Amino acid sequence: MSGSKTAPLFWLLFSGGGTASALLLPVMVFVTGVAVPAGWMSEEELLSFIKNPLTRLALFGLVFLFLFHWAHRFRYALVDLGLRTLGSQGWLFYGMALAGTILAGVGALRL
Amino acid sequence: MTPEIHRPLPRDWWLHHPAYLKFMIRELTSLAVLAYALLIIWALWAAADADSFTVFYDFLRSPLSVALHIVVGILALYHTATWIALTPKVLVEWRGDQKVDPSVIAWNISLAFALVWIIVLVLVFA
Repeated sequence: MSGSKTAPLFWLLFSGGGTASALLLPVMVFVTGVAVPAGWMSEEELLSFIKNPLTRLALFGLVFLFLFHWAHRFRYALVDLGLRTLGSQGWLFYGMALAGTILAGVGALRL
Repeated sequence: MTPEIHRPLPRDWWLHHPAYLKFMIRELTSLAVLAYALLIIWALWAAADADSFTVFYDFLRSPLSVALHIVVGILALYHTATWIALTPKVLVEWRGDQKVDPSVIAWNISLAFALVWIIVLVLVFA
């Protein structure tokens, strides 16, 4: 799964997720970490925002990109930290990213 | 096959120089990205049911969540800054036979990011 043929795909997802998270994570953290605790956004407002089909589609796409970004970068960080055996198990990390993506997809469709 | 030459490094090599430490923090910002992806998954599942969503909303207002958001927020901003700094090295622009100054590209990306943040905040709160 992390052979030479699939490697470009994972680099692409890493870079797509890196760009998406660099662009959107700070502002999302501001919404859930500042606006909600400060009371600028009520429970109903947050719920109806999440239930919006466009929001759900966007959140699903972001989970997909975020998880594959994490999987790729984190496993190489483990290799750099001396955990070569664990870090070389690409299937484990990409598998977890895929599982999380499916979980997000099912969650988004159920709403 | 040439045999692999592998000189063992001390486990704590990344603590030996500030530049190595910054590199490792940059790579470990991916854990903040993971944490937020898990929060989104929770939000999507909680939104299906009013009681579960109240639990999720109350968590967001808890001191634990605020503390976690501070950590994730700092790592997220560090990721954004390092990602913007790296982009001109990957994306080299040419104007005629002249290379566009990398800092100009980085400033333009920063400006575009700030614009997107404003748009997102307007969309969320409007």
